[in-house]
Parts: sequence; C-alpha cells; structure tokens
Amino acid sequence: MKYWQPMHELAICQALIAQVAAVARSEHASSVTDVYVSVGPLSGVECPLVRSAFPFAAAGTVAGEATLHLRQTPVRVSCEDCGAETEVAANRLICGRCSNWRTQLISGDELLLQRVVMRSGRPRRNNDV
Amino acid sequence: MCESCGCNLTHGNEHLVAADGHLARTSSGTESIEVLKGLLDANDHQARHNREHFNQHRVFAVNLMSSPGAGKTSLLEATIDALAGDLNMAVIEGDLETENDAMRIRDKGIAAIQISTGSACHLDAHMVHSALHELTLDELDVLFIENVGNLVCPASFDLGQHRNVTLLSSPEGDDKPAKYPVMFRAADLLLITKSDLMEVLGDFDPERAGAYLRRLANPAPVLVLSARSGFGMQAWLDWIREEINLHRRRLPQEKTDRHIGSRTV
Ligand SMILES: Nc1nc2c(ncn2[C@@H]2O[C@H](COP(=O)(O)OP(=O)(O)OP(=O)(O)O)[C@@H](O)[C@H]2O)c(=O)[nH]1
Ligand SMILES: [Mg+2]
Ligand SMILES: [Zn+2]
Ligand SMILES: [Zn+2]
Repeated sequence: MKYWQPMHELAICQALIAQVAAVARSEHASSVTDVYVSVGPLSGVECPLVRSAFPFAAAGTVAGEATLHLRQTPVRVSCEDCGAETEVAANRLICGRCSNWRTQLISGDELLLQRVVMRSGRPRRNNDV
Repeated sequence: MCESCGCNLTHGNEHLVAADGHLARTSSGTESIEVLKGLLDANDHQARHNREHFNQHRVFAVNLMSSPGAGKTSLLEATIDALAGDLNMAVIEGDLETENDAMRIRDKGIAAIQISTGSACHLDAHMVHSALHELTLDELDVLFIENVGNLVCPASFDLGQHRNVTLLSSPEGDDKPAKYPVMFRAADLLLITKSDLMEVLGDFDPERAGAYLRRLANPAPVLVLSARSGFGMQAWLDWIREEINLHRRRLPQEKTDRHIGSRTV
C-alpha cells in the first residue's frame, strides 16, 4: 500500500502545521524559520515521506518558508528479566543482552514536535494580517 | 491535559527535553521555543473521548486491521451468524470507496455505518466519532470497527477501541509481522485467517508467524481460523465473549486505556 502513504504523512504534516501555527500565534511571531520533529521508527511514519509532504502542508501558512528538521530516535527496550536497556532493530524488540522477548519499549515510537524557531512579529507589525 | 501531562515521556526519551528552559533568544533575532507535543495529540484526545462514550454505554469496541482482502468482512459475517441470537452487535465500516462491506453486514440484519474515507488510508478518531452519533450505543454489547485495509497507517491512529485484532491471511506469508512491526506490535490478538488455503500454499507456518510476533515483544494470543470452512471459529468467538466479560469487570475501575510502548493511548 506504499502509494497511499503520502496521504497519511500529509495528514500528519497538517497536524504538525496546526501545532506550529498555534505556537507562532501565542508568541506573536511573524514567521517560522525552523521546525524540529522527533520521529521514532515505530511511530509508523516514514521520514522521507514527511519531508516531501511538509511543503504542501506548510504552503500559505506562517511556516510556509520554514525548514523541517527531522530527528530519528533510536529503538530501545528494557528487559523485564535482566533489566538491561539495549538498542535494537525495529522488528526485533528482544533484549540485546539475554534475548528475552518480554521487554518494554522505552524509546522509538515518538512522533513529537520538539522545537519551533521563529521571527518576532513586532518589527513588521504594520504588514501583518 | 494531554499537552502538559508528559505522558509521552519515559526515562528512555526524556533526554529529548532540553534542560535549559523553554524559550531561548538567538543572536539572529529569532526565538526558539521548546514544545514537545505529540503530533497525534488531537487524534488521541478525540480517541479518549470516544472510549468514554463506549464505556458509558458499556460497549466493548474492537478495531479490526489487516491488509486489503485478508478477510475482515467475511470474518464479521461469520461472527454475526454465530452470535446474532446472543449479543447485540454493530459495525463501523472504513471501506474506501464503496458501500459494499456495509451492505454485506446490513444483509445480516445488523446496523452498519459506512465511513466514506474517500482517498484516506486509515480511520481516525474524528471519523469514528461522527459515525458513533448514528448508532444507538445503549443497546450494544460489542462494536466492531473494520479499518481500511492497509498494514501501515491504521496502527498509528487510536480510535478509542478497547482491543486491536490484526488479521493475517495465509496467502500473505508468515513473515508479515517482521515486515510491518508497527501494525503487529499493536495487535492484542493475531488471527491467522483463510486457514483452508494453507494446504494449497504449503509453506505458511503459524508457529513462525507467532515467533515473529514474540520478537516484537508482543504477548498477544495467535488463533488460526477460516471464516469459509468454520475451522477455528469457536476460539475466536470465545475470545470475544471473554473480552466482553473482562471489559465489564474493568469498567468500574476505569482501567480500559491501552498502553503501547512509551505511548498511552
Ligand atoms: N478461501 C477463503 N477465502 C476467504 C476467507 N475469508 C475471506 N475470503 C475471501 O477473501 C476475499 C476478501 O475477503 P473480505 O472479507 O472482503 O476481505 P476484507 O479484509 O474485508 O477486504 P477489504 O475490506 O477490501 O480490505 C473474498 O473473496 C472472500 O471470499 C476464508 O476463510 N477462506
Ligand atoms: Mg472489508
Ligand atoms: Zn494513513
Ligand atoms: Zn535481558
């Protein structure tokens, strides 16, 4: 179903832009220059597709000129048996030390808006809408 | 509420939160603000609201996910045939373009609400919420939500369901859990469907599918069945009845949330 995915990432980018716009509004920013997002491999979201969907979602908004910075978080599990915390592959969530499959995911499914960098709106107040 | 409760943070990802305050001014005259908000918060919030609806009406809600054609609607038809005298059921259908699946359910005398997702690849909590208002929840024991046939997107969107059932039809191959970890990690029950075709296929091994599921740290039970022949249906029907009972027992304690990894949904 690969060809459906861009839709899905577009929906996620629209949610992202809505959050970015809310932050920009509350800070009275005139424009957003950078958006930092953390994406885990187990979030179900593909970074290249987010990157390609972002400009479509951002167009015409306060983040229209913004650069998107995606940061992949590692997949880490904590073992319920030996307590080890290990970095693992997304489809192999077993303990890296003792191979027990009863583990808890402690990182790798994030989908977080982390940071927004923006220009203050005050110097351009006259032009603002 | 959800923006500030930090429910996405575990000690494994808390380092993502910068230690030095929320707002920083840079030399170029820009401002940088730390947000840390889940991109799916709006959906998750709506999903919690849906779950409250279900709980108020003592409805047990099941989200069925699979690749296209794995047998979701056929399983529902067979389930309705088996349980109709016993339980009050309704179905929300996430068919992409047609009313076909909803019509198949209505033919059985069961309420089916069609969500026309158009070109969407998954259901979200808002779509399910608008469908809920077309249903009389009071009379229901169980609500089945047939998600859009897709092994990728639906797993990311909580709908407010109490349990996820993921179908894997034997012709798809037993290694699908390794190829689609996000989907199979979310399963509370794995149903291997179209078991009648295994003989023809020759190489589908349910044990192997189960082993791949365990590698995702998922303890979900694995059942093998065929909606066509009826093989294995009893265990699935028993699972539904047992889960309805468990759900009703959990209701007074308000412990019906689902926990997946570092995310509470
Ligand atoms: N042999 C066999 N065929 C089945 C079985 N269950 C379903 N099928 C067939 O598989 C095809 C797809 O079944 P559906 O029930 O429509 O599958 P679905 O998952 O609802 O499909 P979408 O909603 O389009 O994603 C149909 O031709 C069914 O007759 C089964 O147990 N055995
Ligand atoms: Mg169907
Ligand atoms: Zn999707
Ligand atoms: Zn271990």
